[in-house]
Amino acid sequence: MTLTLNNFTQLENFGHSLRAPSYRFRPECTEEIQEIFQLAVENELTVTARGAGRSYNDAALNGGGIMLDLSMMNQILEWDSATGIVKCEPGVTLEKLWQHVEPDGWWPPVVSGTMKTTLGGCLSANIHGKNNFKKGTIGEHVLEFSAILPSGEMVTCTSEQNMDLFYSMISGLGMLGIFTSITMQMKRLYSGLMRVDARPALNLHEHLADILENAPHNDYIVGWLDTTHGGATLGRGQIHASNNLKEGEDPNAQETLKLSYQNLPDRLFGVMPKSLLHYFMRPFVNNLGWWGVNTAKYVASLRKHTFLQSHAAFHFLLDYVPNWERSAGPGGLIQYQSFLPKETAETAWREMLTMALKRGMPSYLGVTKRHRPDKFLLTHALDGFSLALDFKVTEGNRSSLSQMLKEFDRIVIEAGGRFYFAKNSETSAETARRFLGEETIAKFKELKYRCDPGNLLESDLFRRVFG
Amino acid sequence: MDMLKWIYPYLEDNVKDVSTADQTQGRFDPATPLNPRRRGLIIGASDGLGAALARRLAGEGYSLALIARRKDRLDTVCAGINRSAGQLRAFGYAHDVCDYTDIPVLLRRIVADLGGLDLVIFCAGVNYPPGGIDKYNLDNDRRMIEVNLLGAMAWLTPIAEMFQSAKAGQIVGISSVAGDRGRVGNPGYNTSKAGLATFLEALRNRLTRHGVNVLTVKPGFLKTEMLKAAQGSTPFAIVPEKAAEDIWKAMQKRKQVIYTPSLWRWIMLAIQHTPSFIFRKLSF
Repeated sequence: MTLTLNNFTQLENFGHSLRAPSYRFRPECTEEIQEIFQLAVENELTVTARGAGRSYNDAALNGGGIMLDLSMMNQILEWDSATGIVKCEPGVTLEKLWQHVEPDGWWPPVVSGTMKTTLGGCLSANIHGKNNFKKGTIGEHVLEFSAILPSGEMVTCTSEQNMDLFYSMISGLGMLGIFTSITMQMKRLYSGLMRVDARPALNLHEHLADILENAPHNDYIVGWLDTTHGGATLGRGQIHASNNLKEGEDPNAQETLKLSYQNLPDRLFGVMPKSLLHYFMRPFVNNLGWWGVNTAKYVASLRKHTFLQSHAAFHFLLDYVPNWERSAGPGGLIQYQSFLPKETAETAWREMLTMALKRGMPSYLGVTKRHRPDKFLLTHALDGFSLALDFKVTEGNRSSLSQMLKEFDRIVIEAGGRFYFAKNSETSAETARRFLGEETIAKFKELKYRCDPGNLLESDLFRRVFG
Repeated sequence: MDMLKWIYPYLEDNVKDVSTADQTQGRFDPATPLNPRRRGLIIGASDGLGAALARRLAGEGYSLALIARRKDRLDTVCAGINRSAGQLRAFGYAHDVCDYTDIPVLLRRIVADLGGLDLVIFCAGVNYPPGGIDKYNLDNDRRMIEVNLLGAMAWLTPIAEMFQSAKAGQIVGISSVAGDRGRVGNPGYNTSKAGLATFLEALRNRLTRHGVNVLTVKPGFLKTEMLKAAQGSTPFAIVPEKAAEDIWKAMQKRKQVIYTPSLWRWIMLAIQHTPSFIFRKLSF
């Protein structure tokens, strides 16, 4: 393994709003990871792990350093269709995982809005899904993982063995060690379909009240929030609550569990390849265009209805239009996701959404979810809600958007909120200190020193937030 | 080494002891989508055009790595830039471009310190005239080739490879109007700058297809220390800040070749087309 200039690759975040070149290596086994560690030490460079590169921020960027691209470590090592226990390498994507287990009647217990993410990345950020209030984060379904530390030492962790590493490496942003295998419990399915209830929410209060009231009675719940309307209808949107079908409910379960039933169509109206769709979306991605799109979507969502939908179609909404993030144009996009206690969420978000509208910088996509706290060290979750807001970045709006997000940070912190390291790109070290607390940061740094005293593992995110 | 071996037990004994290497000199503010940082390297930045370019680019928000032989002057330039920006914008690295073998390691260090690399300006240059149109001095000529041409090739070759691989980047090379024609006054200098211009053209032809811009700058007379070496009159001399302004504008437009001040384009057009039977009788 040698460091050559041919390895030098320009890498981006998912939103294409950050660029950082790194020496990219694609190890295929643990021994090669160890060789790359050695190479990094010899050349005085830092190392960051990267899975699918789907993070909205700099979690998988390491400008001028070494990028450990784990996409080639993508084997499903063991699968037991009787118990639903699967053992995977870290580069296995959720796509590969669900397609492997679904025909046997299982499903990953927690999935992100895209199936392109890798398990290693999912554990590093400790992702949540639309069922966070019920099933927690992905880490809560990990039975065991193995990891290699920068010292070269291999560790195996469960919720009882090496417990402190278990609860810190999951959520640890890849800064304590590199996952080499992950064992997880899948969730039973009795049908390839889910029952989905769709209903409108007329304003923010109704929106949050609906989610709060109905979350306990549903497996999944998610809200779409029209971010382009203010006043009395601020926070209007649509709620989707869904449930897996119970045993015996689907007479054609064998048929609906087939993969062919799940795959998302790759053409629009059976004609146009969806991979081209983002070019046609681009002219609408501005304040006026998106106001029209949101209004049309809201009007369409006024019809209250219930329907059956495949698991893939319900969960992986972000994969409907491939490369949709490109529609934001050359400046790319960022996401600002805030997690707020259920008591303060409405007031805080009312202030934030109103401010964005007043300043002419409305978000173009708003998504709400219900959450519960968890035991992981760098957790983002709490007993409350999250609101994810997408913003288009342009040459002209950078400084005003930056200023507004600083004010958002202040509102969220004052309301007792938290942030998520897979999403927000502007969180400063000071903001992180305030929401995580001194004690958590000290504990993380202590573990960092224990696992990686030479600071071999560093990402741009780590330097931004903990550097 | 013992400490390193304790931290990384897999290290071989032949690994150099990095703990004695130069320490990173602090860190630039993190780049975020809303506060992006362009990253530039200027080779030959302790005074003249290099220092003027450093000040100009720092003013445009660049994070800069500056290279020069003279550490004290470099420190002064860096300190001035960082003071007027109110934040860290420039690091200095003492290096002689003729130390060719040091370049790969230093380049790696700089790219890591900057967190990437978007722009490289090769500005290092020396001018040692032979002292008259009937004088010859191979030592001077060799030194000019070693700095002006081989120094540029030694730096820009690995940088070209990096940029080609990353499919992004911008290279600016400071050639000279002196490279447009071989003249009686300073054959060695003419050769070094003509060689550099040809090298830059070749890089441009290689790299444009990979999304990399290569800009050749041909200044006329600049009011710098080098001007003192010039013999005879120095018409249209400009301050380096004016040249830096022209270069910055050309960089933004991703131009290929510029003269600064632009008047030299027409002067050199005439000189380039002057027939040899006339040119060889001239004494400038």
